[in-house]
Amino acid sequence: MHHSIEIEGLSFSYPDGQEALRDVSLAIQPGEKVALVGPNGAGKSTLLLNLNGILAGNGSITVCGLRVEKETLGRVRAMVGMVFQSPDDQLFSPRVFDDVAYGPLYQGLPLETVHERVSESLAAVSMSDYAQRVSHHLSMGEKKRIAIATVLSMNPEVLVLDEPTAGLDPRARRSLINLLDELPLTMIVSTHDMPLVKDLFARMVILDRGSVVADGATNELMDDIHLLEAHGLERPY
Amino acid sequence: MLLSVEALHIPDGFLSVLISAILWIVSIIVVVYSLRRVGQNLDERQLPLLGVLAAGIFAGQMLNFAVVGGTSGHLMGAALATILAGPWAAILIMTSVVSIQALIFQDGGLLVLGANIFNMGIIGVTVSYMAYRTGISLTGNSKRGILAAGFSAAWLSVFIVSLSVGIQLALSGTSPAYLAIPAMAGVHALIGVGEGLITIGALSFLLSTRPGLVQPEEGQSVSGMVVWLAGLLIALVLVILSPLASTRPDGLEWVAIEFGFMDKARDSLFQIIPGYELSGISAGPAATIAAGILGVVLILLASAVVMYSRRQRQISGK
Amino acid sequence: MDPYQAGYSPVHHTDARVKVVFSVAFILTTALIPIGSWPMFVLLYAILFSLIILADVGVGRVLQRSILAVPFVLAALPLVFTTSGEQILILDLGLWRVTATSEGVEKFLSIGLKSWISIQAATLLIFTTQFPDILAALRALRVPRLLVAIFGLMWRYLFVLADEAIKLRRARAARSGDSGIRGMNKGGSVSWRAKIAGGMAGSLFIRSLDRSERIYVAMLSRGYDGEVRSIPLSRLKPSQWTILIFGLGILGIIMLISALFWG
Ligand SMILES: Nc1ncnc2c1ncn2[C@@H]1O[C@H](COP(=O)(O)OP(=O)(O)OP(=O)(O)O)[C@@H](O)[C@H]1O
Ligand SMILES: [Mg+2]
Repeated sequence: MHHSIEIEGLSFSYPDGQEALRDVSLAIQPGEKVALVGPNGAGKSTLLLNLNGILAGNGSITVCGLRVEKETLGRVRAMVGMVFQSPDDQLFSPRVFDDVAYGPLYQGLPLETVHERVSESLAAVSMSDYAQRVSHHLSMGEKKRIAIATVLSMNPEVLVLDEPTAGLDPRARRSLINLLDELPLTMIVSTHDMPLVKDLFARMVILDRGSVVADGATNELMDDIHLLEAHGLERPY
Repeated sequence: MLLSVEALHIPDGFLSVLISAILWIVSIIVVVYSLRRVGQNLDERQLPLLGVLAAGIFAGQMLNFAVVGGTSGHLMGAALATILAGPWAAILIMTSVVSIQALIFQDGGLLVLGANIFNMGIIGVTVSYMAYRTGISLTGNSKRGILAAGFSAAWLSVFIVSLSVGIQLALSGTSPAYLAIPAMAGVHALIGVGEGLITIGALSFLLSTRPGLVQPEEGQSVSGMVVWLAGLLIALVLVILSPLASTRPDGLEWVAIEFGFMDKARDSLFQIIPGYELSGISAGPAATIAAGILGVVLILLASAVVMYSRRQRQISGK
Repeated sequence: MDPYQAGYSPVHHTDARVKVVFSVAFILTTALIPIGSWPMFVLLYAILFSLIILADVGVGRVLQRSILAVPFVLAALPLVFTTSGEQILILDLGLWRVTATSEGVEKFLSIGLKSWISIQAATLLIFTTQFPDILAALRALRVPRLLVAIFGLMWRYLFVLADEAIKLRRARAARSGDSGIRGMNKGGSVSWRAKIAGGMAGSLFIRSLDRSERIYVAMLSRGYDGEVRSIPLSRLKPSQWTILIFGLGILGIIMLISALFWG
């Protein structure tokens, strides 16, 4: 049995010299849901972008037994469903249907399968009626759900979300949390939303200044107030 | 209201069909060529870049500033797009902007869309490119040089495009040359200053925040030379032609009559049919009244359908 | 900002490809009918007006948009006085003496009407057709894929960036203590105001650039490889073909009659 995600000794610097990741190692089991927390600029987004080869640092990343490198990018990107923070960037097609169909279409799937995938993934996020809607009229919460559908349609093994609850009102946030709870996928989620971490994730990884400073059971790490404070985090009530 | 860029977006009805058709053909050829050039660049980033920049230019046109009285200056954007994205990409950007304006906002017509693309996309971009490159090479690559070149590109592009619009109106017989051309040129010589100032503002902002964006490409490529020459040629021809056309209107009218050959061809086609007597009847009010009655019947029918379906929806809604 | 008016009318339900082709053909017919062929103007407008009523999108709203062409009508006004023909009015303005001719009036009215009718046809199209469907129609009409894709992206981000432009404008108004509706009227020279507006245009450009970079990353993550791919279009249904042929037929008849009687 291989890991869903295995990162070994990953370091990454931006072209301007900014060192964003330092020797990060992390292994995630199939079906595991992991929260990635840490202060602004810790390197969370950078780490996530390395997972599907948008950014490529030193070290090795293996996704479902497949090493992330130039030749495997196509398959890796289909296996790692990446949901970005701003749904306006994720939903770049004029119409919801085209956006959800985008991934399957570029995977080269037959037309029938594309249609099936679209209706399945819209149903999975309870947005079946929205296929023919245009994206710019949707509410933030609706956009977030559609954004998740756009990667579900690629049938990913791993769902990667960057700050999924940012900008949502309490009700939309709650319904998104329920959705994430129900989805039977390996999940790695970067967030500042500590109550979300407590509710949903059994495991928590703290990243600060590019390094993993803690990795363990959420309820244990949450009790370590000194650790949380040292890395700019707060314990939820 | 008078000093607004709207005067460059020709609505339907103001250009003859022949001129619209010719300019459609020219625009299609140039746009298809630009698509090939941009596609050849093999840079996958181009697609989102062009789409979003076009949206950005459109949004930029919403930023106006007061000039004098109730008039305001705002952006056509061809010069800015050309300076920042290069001529081929700029042609596509302006084509998208002009097309979306026509399709969604009825700012400019559909049948004359080819002409509007030709004016604001092709002429606007090539003239901007010519003026900007010339300006840069004259003044050197200093900040001042870039700003001066940017101003002249912006002003000249608006001015030359307005000459082109004036001549097209005159050729279509919609407006007499000796009025249309000087009026367009006069108004847009002023609007061009607004365009120039706003372009300077944008360039100096970019030079101070992200200077990398405004650095001109190194050296002159062959295709750059071609665009430069095209811009020069277009500018020269229009600048020389306009005063000629407006002072010797008979000259342009002759061309207009030549251009009217399509109407003539149609005339001769129907000469075999005894149209003369017919038109005697048809010109009278009887035909208009008949058409009116037919029209009213149509409209009543449509209204009945709408009433019926509204009622149906109400019933099924309850 | 999106002019589309949702509805259930037959006009809404007609395939976008049919509507796009018919609208362009309608505007072409309007452009081709001879000057002064009033019955044809009446017929064309009656057809259009019936469709506007049928679409149930609000006659007033359509008419409101048609005012857009008014400033341009000024360009054609001189025709009233410069066309030679039967003199109907001589204006003596001191040194200036102009004569209006009936031919001139006819020409001017025809141009104005043509423009007014055409703009309403285009308005009806966009009021009853969602833009993504128009894009599909453009694809069906063999507009290059790359261009259609650019149109699509532009349309998608138009609203996002226009929002940002409005926010920038509002911020400027807030700082300058101005109503913000007309831009800045108080304080500062013209060139200073232009500089501010230019700065906003520049920052809009940077935002566009950054956003296009993020969109590019999002596209890559979903498998984008530099090629433009889209779902193949469905075939046009026979009923839609019938509507199209019927519509084009009527326009053809109008063209024929006008050529016969006024050619
Ligand atoms: N495109 C870039 N070029 C250069 N440096 C960058 C770039 N993107 C991020 N950085 C830098 O890399 C570091 C890590 O940034 P990253 O966005 O990964 O942090 P983050 O943990 O996601 O923060 P946040 O919680 O604010 O989203 C920061 O110091 C940031 O300034
Ligand atoms: Mg981040």
